[in-house]
Amino acid sequence: MLTPAIVRRNTPQRYRMEAAKCAKCGKVFFPPRLICDACKSRTFKPYTLPQEGTVVSHTVIRTAPRGFGDEAPYCMGIVELTDGTRILCQIADCEPERLEIGLKVAIEFRKIQEAGESGVIAYGYKAVPER
Amino acid sequence: MVGIVGYGAYIPRYRIKVEEIAKVWGADAPSYKKGLMLREKSVPGPDQDVITIAVEAARNAMKRAGISGEKVGAIYVGSESHPYAVKPSGTAVAEVIGAVNDCHCADLSFACKAGSEGMFLAYGLVKSGEVEYAFGIGADTSQGAPGDALEYSAAAGGAAFLMGTKNVVATLDCQYSYMSDTPDFWRREYMHYPRHAGRFTGDMAYFKHVRGGVEGLLKKAGAKPKDFKYIVFHQPNGKFPVRMAKDLGFTDDQVKTGLLVPTLGNTYSGASPLGLSAILDEAKPGDAILMCSFGSGAGSDGFIFTATKALPKVQGKAKKTRDYLDTNPFYLDYGTYVKFRRKIRKNVED
Repeated sequence: MLTPAIVRRNTPQRYRMEAAKCAKCGKVFFPPRLICDACKSRTFKPYTLPQEGTVVSHTVIRTAPRGFGDEAPYCMGIVELTDGTRILCQIADCEPERLEIGLKVAIEFRKIQEAGESGVIAYGYKAVPER
Repeated sequence: MVGIVGYGAYIPRYRIKVEEIAKVWGADAPSYKKGLMLREKSVPGPDQDVITIAVEAARNAMKRAGISGEKVGAIYVGSESHPYAVKPSGTAVAEVIGAVNDCHCADLSFACKAGSEGMFLAYGLVKSGEVEYAFGIGADTSQGAPGDALEYSAAAGGAAFLMGTKNVVATLDCQYSYMSDTPDFWRREYMHYPRHAGRFTGDMAYFKHVRGGVEGLLKKAGAKPKDFKYIVFHQPNGKFPVRMAKDLGFTDDQVKTGLLVPTLGNTYSGASPLGLSAILDEAKPGDAILMCSFGSGAGSDGFIFTATKALPKVQGKAKKTRDYLDTNPFYLDYGTYVKFRRKIRKNVED
């Protein structure tokens, strides 16, 4: 269920793509974690993810979960950003037949979900094919 | 010197042609195309609204300005289609660009001149020294009732202008506003679509106020029409700004770069700001630019800018206005268009 508290708590990651970079070994975590799984360090530096990438895996959602039915069919994918970080996100403005591994994409700010007609609106990042 | 230190545009990828709308309503498409001087319009995707458009335009402006978000002291988003009736749009822009928490935010409305109102406020705050940088943003996902003449033109897009005093790419040399209480176009509370006063929106509203704005601006600046390389007026259709320019003594050459409406449509609060961003994409140092918005209700905000030597260095740092407008559009049929615009009445999910 989409609540105002969830929207607010997700803001750094959903709005600004704020990740955490391990101060010891440099591994990037998105969303941030408390302990680095590579070197066990607990010290991280804030790190903003790049806004361009490439689709490395994808699928088309034709039977959508509640709240997303009007958007079906829509594309989802794993995007490898230019720094090597991989994120899972919707690929918007993309016809299913255009979707392919290697597709160059840019990150854009989009509506993710709405809590009905009178509830809060959740915004965040989606990938879109480069124009 | 106060002026624009960064600017950015955003236009959604979707389009619908005049013919596609006309065939549903049994209207004569060639007549509409000729009458409006408009061939197609932009349409927001189902996951786009004024907040997403304003954010993308602001991000492009920040790329050009090259400053950190925390230096932005004020953000004003002008629109007729804020997603919330109560809750600001500008706060989301502030969060995305990192301007929180030390920032003043407000949403503005004055029909189609809400964007230029933000530019006026941003300019004033920077000029007074109250803030170092301030954003004026105009964006809309314009409403037009099904079957109404507005449906052929009501479009989506926006532009953002960051005002400051360092590394100015276009100085803001003169500003003048002109207004009266004229009910030519309105939308009452809880109504989905605006209403307009037909032909009354022309001479008594658009032409009177744009003329008043431009003539007042020229008088205040001691300038003449031939002093400008580029001009941009509010563009509800192709005919109005072209006729207005001719009446005021401007040439087609001065108008053409900022005239986006034939393939963009009327982006309401984003219209003259997007025309200005298209001009800034092309302008060279020393070029003088005159902008005059129009908002029903009614009023105009006029600005005179001069491009500086810094402008060519930032033009390529973000996607240009024409890149959004001309590259890889996706044309919708009317059914998909009304679905995207939520014009179909459905049962509400539990």
